[in-house]
Amino acid sequence: MMPFRPPLLATGWAIARHTVLEAWRNRLLWLLLLAAAGAVLLGGFLNQLALTESRQLQAAVLAALLRLAAVFLMASFAVTSLLREAADKGLELLLALPIPRFVYLLGKLAGLAALAVLPAALFGALALYLAPPEQALLWAASLLCELWIVAAFCLLCTVTLNQVLPALAAAGAFYVLARLIALLQLLGHGPVGAHGLSQRLLNFVLDGIALLLPHLDSFTRTEWLLYQTGTAAALAAIGVQTALFVSLVVAAALFDLYRKNF
Amino acid sequence: MARAALPAVPPALRWLLLAALLLQLGWQAAHKPPPPQAQDLPPPPSLATLQLASLGEPQALSKLTMLYVQGFDEQAGLSIAWRKMDYGRIRQWLERALELDPRSQYPLLAASEVYGAVNDPPRVRLMLDFVYARFAEDPNRRWPWLAHAALVAKHRLHDLPLARQYARALRLQATAPEVPPWARELEAFILEDMNETEAARVLIGGLLHSGQITDPHELAFLARRLDALGTQQRQP
Repeated sequence: MMPFRPPLLATGWAIARHTVLEAWRNRLLWLLLLAAAGAVLLGGFLNQLALTESRQLQAAVLAALLRLAAVFLMASFAVTSLLREAADKGLELLLALPIPRFVYLLGKLAGLAALAVLPAALFGALALYLAPPEQALLWAASLLCELWIVAAFCLLCTVTLNQVLPALAAAGAFYVLARLIALLQLLGHGPVGAHGLSQRLLNFVLDGIALLLPHLDSFTRTEWLLYQTGTAAALAAIGVQTALFVSLVVAAALFDLYRKNF
Repeated sequence: MARAALPAVPPALRWLLLAALLLQLGWQAAHKPPPPQAQDLPPPPSLATLQLASLGEPQALSKLTMLYVQGFDEQAGLSIAWRKMDYGRIRQWLERALELDPRSQYPLLAASEVYGAVNDPPRVRLMLDFVYARFAEDPNRRWPWLAHAALVAKHRLHDLPLARQYARALRLQATAPEVPPWARELEAFILEDMNETEAARVLIGGLLHSGQITDPHELAFLARRLDALGTQQRQP
């Protein structure tokens, strides 16, 4: 008798659907709405204090806060969801079934990717109120790409580190570094500062890290909303960078997952 | 997870919760904050530090920096006269805000219209010099503030050569088609025997007419400035 083999696509779809369902039960939507309301209130309050550029001030604060809130909620959910599943032995149960490990990981990634549409669409709709539609759309699309990168990196962290705190710390460090790496390079190579051997070594290390990381400072730029400087070419570059980095991170996570003994 | 009804909670715990809440409220109510004391504006951090702290959001940090500086003359209910503030520090903060977001007009407006309104010539000169120094970096966007600086130089500092220097810079550098012709002809206004209110009316009226100012807060602010100038002129 042939062993039962569930269809791979249907299995991946089911895992993705359950990831979305879990986010719904974790009140992710409510948290996103709360974050949006908080950012709108704070932006509105600061708007009242400004002597000029009040709308730009509101847009800048709102965009910066919403971007951080989206990334924080997405990363927290991704890490806790995967590690809770591992702690409940749900992961072992799933992997005991005749499904390849990559189906589990890609199913999870698809679920997280679908979830990321929620903050991108919600916060993008708020951006529509503050900027021309094409720029708000660009900003929202870029936020979606940024969230996909963060979600994929959280997957890698959870598979590799297996603990909530180290995984969240690693994801946080990655995010901050990816947003600052271009500036750190600029400062390192700038005219100010030491140019001794240690500085050159540090610059070499920074350049190496910069080659590996996605430069998130070029993603979801507030200036698109303020000064309408976003272009389709910039979004295309962001799309390519997202595809490349997500592929790299997923390959690394799969590499580690296949090496694991449960 | 469903929660049991209130009687399931031991009475002692309910009393403990109530007592802890009352203690907290009582502590805060009895703990009066110290009377506000005016503090000096600290020196600004370096641009690199601010850029790092902004986490790639320099525009947001620039605007928040402006609110921070603006808040220093109204600290916790204390209104500090501008003439008592360290204008050197203010200038440094305005420079940082402008470097973080070079497209922003806020630091230049604050220098020209807010801090430049102080009744102390050396401080006014410091602000006008800031506007002039940064004008050349983006003359077609920053011309309104140099135009205002030229009028201040003439009417409040009574320094005609300085006013003409600013007006000449406008004529030579603010050459984009969106800059209204009257701005380039300011040199002629400067030489005319026009009082400050008239000149300000020409400038602000021209700005409004050209559609350069759309922010409601800025419109209200300029209207108040114009009223104040009118009142000053009517007083003997």
